[in-house]
Amino acid sequence: MLGDGALAQLKREGRIVVVGASLAGLRAAETMRAKGFAGSLTMIGDEPCEPYDRPPLSKGVLLGRARADRTALPRLRSVDATWRLGVPATGLDMAARRVRLADGDEVPYDRLLIATGVRARPWPREEEAELDGVFVLRTRDDGSALARRLDEGPKRVLVIGGGFAGSEVASACRERGLPVTVAERGAAPLVGALGGVVAAVAADLQREHGVDLRCGVMVTALEGDASGRVRAAHLSDGSTVETDVVVVSLGALRNTEWLHGSGLGAGPRGIACDAGCRAFDIRGIVTDDIYAAGDVARCPHPLFGYQFLSLEHWGNAVAQGRIAAHNMLSESIDRLPHMDVPAFWSSQFGVNIKSVGVPSMATEILISQGSLESRRFVGVYGYQGRVIGAVSFDHGRWLPFYEELIEKTAPFPPQFTTVDRHADGQRPLDADFPDPSVPSHGPTVTLSGYSPADRRMTFTPAH
Amino acid sequence: MTQTLLHQILDYANRADPYPIYEELRKTPVHHEADGPYVISTYYEIRSLLHDPRISSDARNLASGNADPLAEPASEQSALPPGFLRLDPPEHDRMRRMTNRHFGPPHSPRRVDQMRPELHDIVGGLIDGIGDPSRIDLVEEFSYPFPVTVICRLLGVPREDEARFHTWADTLAASLDPDPDADAAERDKGAAEARMQLGMYLAGLIEERRKNPGDDMLSQLATTKSQDGQMTTMELLSTAALLLIAGHETTVNLITNGMLTLLRNPDVLQRLKTEPRLAVPIVEELLRFEPPVQLLPQRTTLADIEVRGVTIPKGSTLWLILASGNRDPQRFENPDHFDPDRPDIQHLGLGSGIHSCFGAPLARLEAQFALSELARRLDNPRLLDDPPPYRQNAVLRGPRHLRIACDGVRP
Repeated sequence: MLGDGALAQLKREGRIVVVGASLAGLRAAETMRAKGFAGSLTMIGDEPCEPYDRPPLSKGVLLGRARADRTALPRLRSVDATWRLGVPATGLDMAARRVRLADGDEVPYDRLLIATGVRARPWPREEEAELDGVFVLRTRDDGSALARRLDEGPKRVLVIGGGFAGSEVASACRERGLPVTVAERGAAPLVGALGGVVAAVAADLQREHGVDLRCGVMVTALEGDASGRVRAAHLSDGSTVETDVVVVSLGALRNTEWLHGSGLGAGPRGIACDAGCRAFDIRGIVTDDIYAAGDVARCPHPLFGYQFLSLEHWGNAVAQGRIAAHNMLSESIDRLPHMDVPAFWSSQFGVNIKSVGVPSMATEILISQGSLESRRFVGVYGYQGRVIGAVSFDHGRWLPFYEELIEKTAPFPPQFTTVDRHADGQRPLDADFPDPSVPSHGPTVTLSGYSPADRRMTFTPAH
Repeated sequence: MTQTLLHQILDYANRADPYPIYEELRKTPVHHEADGPYVISTYYEIRSLLHDPRISSDARNLASGNADPLAEPASEQSALPPGFLRLDPPEHDRMRRMTNRHFGPPHSPRRVDQMRPELHDIVGGLIDGIGDPSRIDLVEEFSYPFPVTVICRLLGVPREDEARFHTWADTLAASLDPDPDADAAERDKGAAEARMQLGMYLAGLIEERRKNPGDDMLSQLATTKSQDGQMTTMELLSTAALLLIAGHETTVNLITNGMLTLLRNPDVLQRLKTEPRLAVPIVEELLRFEPPVQLLPQRTTLADIEVRGVTIPKGSTLWLILASGNRDPQRFENPDHFDPDRPDIQHLGLGSGIHSCFGAPLARLEAQFALSELARRLDNPRLLDDPPPYRQNAVLRGPRHLRIACDGVRP
């Protein structure tokens, strides 16, 4: 409990430790200083470089238009921190309020912010993952290594997983004129995030741009040559793809292993926290000195039935980092809830895709503006008679309107007419989401139930 | 007899300072007078409606709307179809896409940036040409000729023809003003005539560019075929007319309002002299504080819409008072204070949504160049009239003349 003066003392001479030196951690640190935190601030990051921006890694960097080492995040203000970069955190002692580092150091804190994010899910068979030419794409090093390999002009690139990241990689390769195969376990690319109706458009788009798109298949094995370079991939339909570059794009794993045994409510689905970003312990009791933000956090959202929501979105990292920082340095009555409507964007095959809300929760979709056929449209998602999400293809300027509908829990299907209403938009369609228990490319929005201590989820690799 | 708020907005007597009327308006965020338009004056409501697909900008919907004596009548019954400003999707999107192909990203990401040296030279030349420094009319000598020259170069309109289309552009801009006292029939006739003349002039130019294409936008619009097809001559004419007028009648006011505001805020002017980079936030704050487009009077509801508890019926005309939203204290702290150091200046000055200002990147750059160079080169500038005389237009609001004096013009 913060008694009278305790908060002032914390602000004056407290010790705040931020584990995770990327977007959420940096914006949180800036907010702390902006709010007048004058104590010591330690930023711990497992990567050796200062905070950088990830979206360009699957876009401009792969096209050779931007360099991976030139994507440092702009600093909005000085954070005057002690940086411990290239040293991962390995443990947390909640009772002693200390973070253990890989080099054996221990860093004491009064307030801890965990923003360790996610990492790329690796190819499950280790010896195959280590073949030369097999990549994942998450970090700056991943981006520059893949870009270098694409510069060499590979004969064919195989992308495993047709989610947003995989589709962006395929798009960049096609733009560079490289032959690409995409292998997607679901019925179409983006199906987990946007459902079958919209995914069918994404599939057409890929094929039209020359992608060899294989859906409903799994990659069962990667095969290397005598020198340890990947040369082929074997698919579950019995076919073989000859390839010299494989990009494994199977979603992300939350970086919570270091918290195992600490007593914090952390597991494969992330760190459970309340709407104010305070982390729960394993018993479901909220802590008052440990906060979580960004991709690693999962927190209950009032618009989505108070289920815990995990978001791997850029905007969420910024907003949640700021909220966590604010709340760390506020009396309980002044704390703010993190209630932003989820939103993300993607750019692929010449199309700007944006989404708000949680489409994957929906059962129905209505194309309210434009048409699927023209590939320029807004789709509104409905769940139990209310608007729950929206997606746009080259129609992003309309999305703020739909965001308001989601916030107001407006009825679905919407009863009004709009400009540019087509035959598609006369009645709702089945949104056609795959069974969420079947893992595919990993949607970037995940609802994960009500239990703050859920540590049971396991992932069964494709085979 | 007291005037209604609507009449007060339009009353020329209030042109120099409409902001107290807007403050009064904001007490009723959805203001409606019998048979009149629904007037929206608060920031968040305007912003929502700018993104609302139940609102049409199509001139044809407006014409078939209610019998509103204040709304602009169907003045577009001329030879030209409406430009994309007055179209809804999908036609709007197609036309704007085809036009943007030669102006901005993704196809022409560097076009505006490449105009920097040219902008710099034009600004320099105009300031060099200033006559008697003790009596400068900034509008005549600078703010008007600058954007006109720029839009002419961009489109490929010969500079020597400027005087001719100056008259047409002025007449058309004046027709956008929903002035209740003007003779509507006379005004519409004048506008139709001007539009026709401008159309014929542009048609001749386009024909010539088709034969001898240059690297100007008119040539590119006339000769490009894309996935969206090729613009018909009529589409090309109305697009060119739109760009020409929009390029004429808005930037001039941004620059003039800018200099006026700087002269009223000498501390900011002084800072700009030594910090040219301050021009960027200054122009953004200007777009909030004195936006060249004060209100959007041409939108129609396609459905019943509820705004702040008021149901606006289908088929109503909306006026969105951007300049009022920009001064809404619910959104901006101390809104009547000109402060380029505001941490976030997300103004409505360039609109928002699909009709947000097409020429915004160019207008911003022009105003930044103009104000930083004026600040740097005019020695001890001061206002001779405050307030200056304004144009009649309540929508495209700005001084008709801005008389200033200075001790000299620095090289």
